[in-house]
Amino acid sequence: MTKLLEWIGAVVAGLSIWYVLLTNSIKSQFLAEWRESIALAPFVFLILFGVYSVVVVLWRTATFNDCPEAAKELQEQIVEAKNDLKSKGL
Amino acid sequence: MGAVDKYSILLPTYNERENLPIIVWLIINYLDKTSYDYEIIIIDDGSPDGTQDVAKKLQEIYNKDGKEKILLRPREKKLGLGTAYVHGMKHASGNFIFIMDADLSHHPKFFEDFINKQKEKDYDVVSGSRYISGGGVYGWDLKRKLISRGANYLTQILLRPGASDLTGSFRLYKKDVLQRLVDACVSKGYVFQMEMIVRTRALGYSLGEVPITFVDRVYGESKLGGSEIFQFVKGLLFLFATV
Repeated sequence: MTKLLEWIGAVVAGLSIWYVLLTNSIKSQFLAEWRESIALAPFVFLILFGVYSVVVVLWRTATFNDCPEAAKELQEQIVEAKNDLKSKGL
Repeated sequence: MGAVDKYSILLPTYNERENLPIIVWLIINYLDKTSYDYEIIIIDDGSPDGTQDVAKKLQEIYNKDGKEKILLRPREKKLGLGTAYVHGMKHASGNFIFIMDADLSHHPKFFEDFINKQKEKDYDVVSGSRYISGGGVYGWDLKRKLISRGANYLTQILLRPGASDLTGSFRLYKKDVLQRLVDACVSKGYVFQMEMIVRTRALGYSLGEVPITFVDRVYGESKLGGSEIFQFVKGLLFLFATV
């Protein structure tokens, strides 16, 4: 099964549950009371997920390791390599 | 098994006259301090800048005492990366294959980490990751980091690939596994590395990761423009719909 089909499956399953809860197919005092919140739930979820994603990406960008010591080490080794190779006739 | 392991290092090159001697020097200096059996296979795609002349000179310097440390297996013209691996593999005598860039962004000091990680659980593939703790990138500005992190996050959400660095190209493969993966892959260029790692999982191979530092091109230009981003999105959607 491709990732696309997995995603379609999960979205269809989630929306089906939402639809059942929203249309009063199940008689329940609790569902009737919370109807408005249930109606908004998928949108709230999307917004929260969007905010979470932005925070994660920004956080990872800010904490991206710059490793200047790796660059310094490499620069030194380049000089060393050039000298050594020159002495070997390159 | 340990005693018979041999590592073939594939170095695809195109106009790397400046970098090639240094990367070869680094590899040989690191690996000659260890007891690992290895060979370097240079696959040059007909560089007009004389990369092959430099490679031949390196062979003269380092292929002594009947030991062929450096093999030069050029091709006529610039062809895809996947076919470069196939071409290199045909001439490889090792049972493990290292792939890395010849532009000095990947450092041979990490070879041992790859090898130790591979032995830990007999992994089929070990991938170098810039994104896990201990890894990193030098030479990227904020915009480049943001694009990289954003693209990586999106990929993780959509594909759940079980690998943190999909577009990196510093990896260790079992030879037969690399052959099967290259056969299975259809993408070219930038997306190729991503497809390789996604298919590693899809085909049920095991994957280990080691942190690596990536020093962006010392000589030459590194590019990330609109067309690279477009290629990436296209590749991501292709893998999303087909794997």
